[in-house]
Amino acid sequence: MAITVLIVDDSKLARIVAGKALAALQPDWDRIEAGNAKEALGILSERKIDLAMIDFNMPEKNGLELAAEIRSSHPMMPIAVITANIQDEVIAQAREVNATFVSKPLTEEGLRGFISGAALRLRSGAV
Amino acid sequence: MMTSTISEVLNELELDALTELVNIGVSRAAFSLREMVGEQVHLSVPAVDLVHRVQAIEILEGREAGSLVAVHQVFEGDITGRAMLIFPETKSLELVRAVTGGELSLEDIIELEQEALAETGNILLNGCLGTIANMLHRSLRMSLPEIIRGKGSELFNLEPPPEAGDVVMFLYINFTVRQRDISGYIVMLMDIPSLAVLKDLLGEFIERATDGMAS
Repeated sequence: MAITVLIVDDSKLARIVAGKALAALQPDWDRIEAGNAKEALGILSERKIDLAMIDFNMPEKNGLELAAEIRSSHPMMPIAVITANIQDEVIAQAREVNATFVSKPLTEEGLRGFISGAALRLRSGAV
Repeated sequence: MMTSTISEVLNELELDALTELVNIGVSRAAFSLREMVGEQVHLSVPAVDLVHRVQAIEILEGREAGSLVAVHQVFEGDITGRAMLIFPETKSLELVRAVTGGELSLEDIIELEQEALAETGNILLNGCLGTIANMLHRSLRMSLPEIIRGKGSELFNLEPPPEAGDVVMFLYINFTVRQRDISGYIVMLMDIPSLAVLKDLLGEFIERATDGMAS
C-alpha cells in the first residue's frame, strides 16, 4: 500500500500548494486532505496515515495542539507543522511533541528535508 | 466595474488566497513582535471580510460602543489606500502594559502609549502589507504611522489624500501577549480600481502557486 500523507489546512489554496510540493518530491505517495482538526482526527481513526503536514494557524484547535493529540496515539509518525510564525516558544512546543517546523509559504525546497527524513524512517521500518 | 456587492468581487479561491496572504503576513509580524516584546505573542486572523465602507462603520460601531484608537498608515503603489490597526481605547493601555511588561506607573504607561501603539502598529501593518505586496510581486510605499482617536465613522472619513475609498478589507485579529487579550481589528481601505488590481494580482498569485492546478 502506498505511503499516505495527511495534509491539514483550513485554506484550500494552501492544501493545493502543499499537495503540489509533495507530488514533486514523492510522486508515488498518496495524499488525503482535511480542512480542520476534527476532520483530520476523523480520517486518522478510519485509515492508515503514514505522515502528517499540519498548518499551525487554524481556528479552534491550532496545528500544535492537533500535533500533540496525534502524537499521543501515533508515537512514531513523522509530523510537520507549517507556519510563518517561528517564535522560540512555538519551536519549543513543537520539540515537546517531536514535530518539525516547515516554513510558510511552502515550497518544494522547504519541504525537502522533512520529506526525505520521513521517507528514510518509513523505509527503515522505524515506524 | 459593475458589482452588486463588494463581497462578490473576489471569488472563493481569491478570498481564500487573500486570507492566506494576510495570515502569513500577520504570522511574520507576530515573530517580529515577539522579538520586541520578549515573550510569546499569539496573533491570528480568524476572518477576513470584504465590505463597503458604510457596512464597515456599522460593524465597528456595533461591536465597539466606546471610543477607538487607531494606528494609521497610507500605502501607495499599484494599490493605494489606508491601513489601520484599531483597538477600543480601553484596550490600548492593556497593549502598552503587555508590550512593555514589568510594573510601570500609570504615568509612565500613559507617556509610553503613543510610542508603544505606533511601534506595534508599524510592525503589524508593515508585516501584513509588506508580505502581501511581496507575494503579489509588487511594492508598496508606506507612510509613517500616525495615532488617531475617535468613533468608527470618524476613522472611516479621514481627510484626503487619499480620497475615501469605498472598499474595506476588514480583519478581525486575536492578539494575546503576556496573558493579556488585546484583540482588535486591522482594516484596509481602498477604492474600486485598487480592488480590481488586487483581484488581478490574486489571480496571478493563484496561477503561480498552483501551476493552474486550481482550475
